[in-house]
Amino acid sequence: MTSDGSGDIWVVTEQRDGRTKAPSIALIGKARKLAGERQSRLTAVCLSQVVEDAAQLAAYGADRVYLLDGPVPDDWNDDAYVKELVDLARREKPDVILATSGSLSSSVIPRMAVALDTGVSPNCISLDFDHQSRMLVQTRPAFGGSLMANVVFPNRRPQIATVRPHAFKKGDPDPSRQGEMIRVDFDRQAVSAKTKLLNVVKDLSGKVRLDEAEVVVCGGRGLGKAENFQMVAELAEVLGAALGTSRPPVDDGWVPYAHQVGQTGKIVSPRLYIACGVAGAPQHLAGMQTSEIIVAINEDPRAPIFEVATYGMVGDLFKIVPLLTKKLREARG
Amino acid sequence: MNVIVCIKQVPAKIKIEIDPKTSALASGGVDRAINPPDLYALEEGIRIKEKTKGKVTVLTVGPAKADESLKEAIGYGADDAVLLSDPAFEGSDTWATSLVLAKAIRKIGQFDLVLCGKQSIDGETGQVGPMLGEALGVPFVSLVNRIDELGQESIKMMRMSDEGHQLIEMTLPGVITVVKEINVPRIPSLRGLMAAKKAAITVWNARELGIDPATVGMAGSPTRVSRVFFPQRASQGEMLQGDPESQVEQLVERLRQTRAI
Ligand SMILES: Cc1cc2nc3c(=O)[nH]c(=O)nc-3n(C[C@H](O)[C@H](O)[C@H](O)COP(=O)(O)OP(=O)(O)OC[C@H]3O[C@@H](n4cnc5c(N)ncnc54)[C@H](O)[C@@H]3O)c2cc1C
Ligand SMILES: Nc1ncnc2c1ncn2[C@@H]1O[C@H](COP(=O)(O)O)[C@@H](O)[C@H]1O
Repeated sequence: MTSDGSGDIWVVTEQRDGRTKAPSIALIGKARKLAGERQSRLTAVCLSQVVEDAAQLAAYGADRVYLLDGPVPDDWNDDAYVKELVDLARREKPDVILATSGSLSSSVIPRMAVALDTGVSPNCISLDFDHQSRMLVQTRPAFGGSLMANVVFPNRRPQIATVRPHAFKKGDPDPSRQGEMIRVDFDRQAVSAKTKLLNVVKDLSGKVRLDEAEVVVCGGRGLGKAENFQMVAELAEVLGAALGTSRPPVDDGWVPYAHQVGQTGKIVSPRLYIACGVAGAPQHLAGMQTSEIIVAINEDPRAPIFEVATYGMVGDLFKIVPLLTKKLREARG
Repeated sequence: MNVIVCIKQVPAKIKIEIDPKTSALASGGVDRAINPPDLYALEEGIRIKEKTKGKVTVLTVGPAKADESLKEAIGYGADDAVLLSDPAFEGSDTWATSLVLAKAIRKIGQFDLVLCGKQSIDGETGQVGPMLGEALGVPFVSLVNRIDELGQESIKMMRMSDEGHQLIEMTLPGVITVVKEINVPRIPSLRGLMAAKKAAITVWNARELGIDPATVGMAGSPTRVSRVFFPQRASQGEMLQGDPESQVEQLVERLRQTRAI
């Protein structure tokens, strides 16, 4: 553990089908900037050795890429991931470990933290080094985004933070940047099998994952009935967006729970969020108000969603949404 | 089967103010309630108890008045409740909170399954569950939406994953966090409400839990909030005017300009 604040920065990346997910790449870009500010080394950690785009991770800023002997991507083996990350971190003593919020942060990252006797500051939207204290200042929303908190680690290391997808913009790769590729072989047998994956059921109800999407189109109770979701699904389709919803359509069985945005659903922070027929209850705002651009379509000019909207459109969504879909489709050609 | 459910008492309404002098959170006077996501954990715990003729114990780390939430849990059907309360616990982060919960569970001794909610609506971290699993040194599975089989030694369940769902088997004892899809919580029965009124809540402090006060609370927590502030909206919102066609046109143009599409 380096106390001069120049220790290594790690980014634990997530892959799917052998390719690194966009939020992980954006986080590497951000970590590169932090590493540059205090001349520390940046390591991208991959939980698998089957990473087609490992060289890309170097191009986006990693000095080293660790390829852990993990199970095949898409597979699930949290116990193994925790053990391997903990072993590696004990050996190398990074100063900072970053990951995106998502599946890793609901299990692997907090468990790893406890094993390393340190904490986690979750769902951060900004990260800065305080040069005086040499600590990483992590900014995270609290109380549904109505308040921000700066979190620091006064005396424990590593400093571990997870960040919301899209909190940082993807940087530009520098193809001339070379990184060291390091394979780390772990003894698979050593991991005790207290949990076992028996089967995987793929979700077919949406092509784009809600919590990774750069654009989210959300339909609320204003849509009136299940069939009308087709309309927002079409808008989502032209935009390459994920489909979100407020709680009532889930409660009424129109849309599966996996699509619910809000306090008791998913927290998203895309570049563009289009809310159609959503009132903007505090519990819904809690899940989306840190989105970069918010478009609200609602017939009620007093709907609270307009208070957080970047662009507000007062009117009938049954007119506006199809028009918007058409216009965007034409633009695409 | 011995089930333990961890619940948190939270403000019933999200309304917060910052004291301008001390920049501390002023949340006085607001109603408090069981963290809504924890009701699913409680309901699932009670269902398991009913099926296995077992017992449900609820735990919470909080101030003295958190006993109201524990009584409420008894109203739903929990058998026992323990309030983990000590001035030394104040200011605990998720790490320190899970340490306190782990000590309490060790003190209880016998347990098969610990259930936590997906996240708290004030802390919003979703980390106490996984941290508790690790602190207890038992297996852990997050975001469970269905329990398929519950045996003496293991549990089979569905969990939500990024790609859909996964069917997972876990050996017991273990810790899980559950999501809303898992059940529809019951309404407390009249009998439950009577029991709740009469319930005596056990309280354990740091000494009784064998916890060194220096390892918990503000002093013992790895993370510290150094500042709280209201977020600034980057720009004032704009209401687009005109008929639907022209509104749509303006929107598409603005989104193009900002390169959002
Ligand atoms: C503990 C708790 C947790 C909760 N968690 C969540 C959560 O995670 N996520 C969530 O979303 N909610 C959550 N809720 C529910 C939340 O309080 C609101 O009830 C919900 O968000 C409302 O959804 P809505 O805006 O779609 O519906 P409504 O409030 O019914 O609003 C519908 C809107 O559509 C507009 N509208 C209707 N017809 C049209 C039309 N033709 N054209 C244009 N606009 C139209 C109306 O003006 C209205 O504003 C929670 C509540 C509780 C108590
Ligand atoms: N103070 C607490 N006492 C008991 N359980 C808690 C406490 N804080 C959190 N939990 C449990 O951990 C879950 C996740 O909370 P959090 O990590 O705060 O989002 C909650 O849903 C509860 O089940």
